[in-house]
Amino acid sequence: MATAATPQKLHWWQTLKGREALAGYIGISPWLLGFLMWGVGPMMLSAYYSLTEYSILSDPVFRGLDNFERMFTRDKLFAQALRVTAVYAIVTVPLGVIVGYGLALLLNQKARGLSYWRTGFYLPAVVPGVATAYLFAYVFANEYGLADSVLQTIGIEDPPNWFGSTKWALPSLMVLSLWGAGGGLILYLASLQGVPTALYDAAKVDGANAWGQFWNVTIPMTSPVILFTFIMGIINSFQIFTSAFIITQGGPVNSTLFYVLYLYRKGWQQLEMGYAAGLAWILFIIIFALTILVLRTSSRFVHYEGE
Amino acid sequence: MQRSTVFDLNSHQVSRIFWRSVLYLLLAVGLAAFLLPMVWLVSGSLKPDGQVFTIPPTFIPRPVLWANYPTALAKFPFWISLKNTMTIVIGVLVGRVLTASLVAYSFARLRFPGRNAMFVIVLSTMMIPYHVVLIPQYLIFRDLGWLDTPLPIIVPNWFGGGAFFIFMMRQFFLSLNSEIDEAARIDGCGFFGTFWRVILPQSLPALGALSIFTFMGEWNDFFAPLIYLNTEEKMTLAVAIRTWQFDTNLTYQAATWPELMVMSTILTIPPVLVFFFLQRYFIQGVVVTGVKG
Repeated sequence: MATAATPQKLHWWQTLKGREALAGYIGISPWLLGFLMWGVGPMMLSAYYSLTEYSILSDPVFRGLDNFERMFTRDKLFAQALRVTAVYAIVTVPLGVIVGYGLALLLNQKARGLSYWRTGFYLPAVVPGVATAYLFAYVFANEYGLADSVLQTIGIEDPPNWFGSTKWALPSLMVLSLWGAGGGLILYLASLQGVPTALYDAAKVDGANAWGQFWNVTIPMTSPVILFTFIMGIINSFQIFTSAFIITQGGPVNSTLFYVLYLYRKGWQQLEMGYAAGLAWILFIIIFALTILVLRTSSRFVHYEGE
Repeated sequence: MQRSTVFDLNSHQVSRIFWRSVLYLLLAVGLAAFLLPMVWLVSGSLKPDGQVFTIPPTFIPRPVLWANYPTALAKFPFWISLKNTMTIVIGVLVGRVLTASLVAYSFARLRFPGRNAMFVIVLSTMMIPYHVVLIPQYLIFRDLGWLDTPLPIIVPNWFGGGAFFIFMMRQFFLSLNSEIDEAARIDGCGFFGTFWRVILPQSLPALGALSIFTFMGEWNDFFAPLIYLNTEEKMTLAVAIRTWQFDTNLTYQAATWPELMVMSTILTIPPVLVFFFLQRYFIQGVVVTGVKG
């Protein structure tokens, strides 16, 4: 009789369900704490700093939207940084996807020694950014670097001073970025190998040639991975820093002044922390807006299984 | 009739051989283009200073100056920087292994109110650029007196280790057979006992991938160490090399081109070796997070 009443007297944390929930909350508590301490808290602080003049040495002074007004109306370097970064992203992100995907397509033609080819093409992507920067500074060194040396050997006089010219510095950094395009290879290959052969057989029965199979089977079936690498490419290219910081310092004449380079300059070289916080928020908004835009428009092109 | 069939077969074979040749030719040319800069890096590290720039370019140094390596290592604070780099790698790795797997286990296996909503928040934090939280974090660490120590880079990773790794471990746990840990629960193993004794021992491939990503990420990282580490005694390899090349007021002699290539080669070797020998885990990790996500 007494035992029948006991379950109702249990506290929630004594029930099996309650104990599981409690364990769950304890289990995720490191993340939750971190999210508040290193995520939400700093984000709110940085939103506040973006409205202040804050030279780090003295307390922040509230200035309303002054920082943003200055960015969009008076700061020519802000406009330059935006332009340089946008051009860099527009060129390198699609090209990177095309090169990586193209390599994966070639390797997927049942090439012998697949794993060796894959390793070779992927290799540049594991080279540290600092080493890559010095290597390309050396390859594109003025007059006597590998590039200019080859050009002069084949008879071209007066070859470009790559990183030293306003015309060639940005394209040279794009070449550096494309060197790592094999980084997408693993994902592309995995998704190409995941396309069911039955779909190709069905397409053949329907009379599709190689091009038709590629266009109607391969591309749709691998489109989620293409979208994923495309979005990651956008996010990463807007945060490019190391190569320009080491090789060009943003020059010559600000022709390679990437956005984060400018943010670093403002925050840590000129100690304008309030302005730098504002720049960081604009970067966040740009990346967020682009990601949403790509996701929205992609629903027309990207095919998900099970739809 | 018969002749024509034989002819068709032959033309089919001929065209097959032709396309195979084109394929391997394209691959070989492509690979040569990708690997050429690597060859140039190593060759530059073995040249005498006077032979660095020649027309036409020299790929095989004459003589091969192996002595560049000991010379550069002696002029550069290598061992201190290596120790600093490894301190960060290990500090981040331990925190990430322990907390990312625990958080991911809770999201994958335990049921509690608000779980799915919170996991969506975890995923959405991946879109927040580091730079938005950087300035307040920098000021917090300054007030804690942690500037010029590895702590600002290590400690935040003891709180779940970052959304990417929580996601990766959760994907892996979901792929494990849940009958085994349910059996362990019925045998009286607590939730965390199950995690520690049943789930983690099955997770070595995923922990392997996590370790490789962590090693590569921290070894190659430049931005965070640049912000937080200011004196030579505290710098990681990546930042120390740049300081060595850039700052002329150093106690160490400025670097020559071959010496810079020596340090760049040395910096490159560990990630390349890790990639060569642990490729299986690496590829698995990339695929789990990229394709199934």
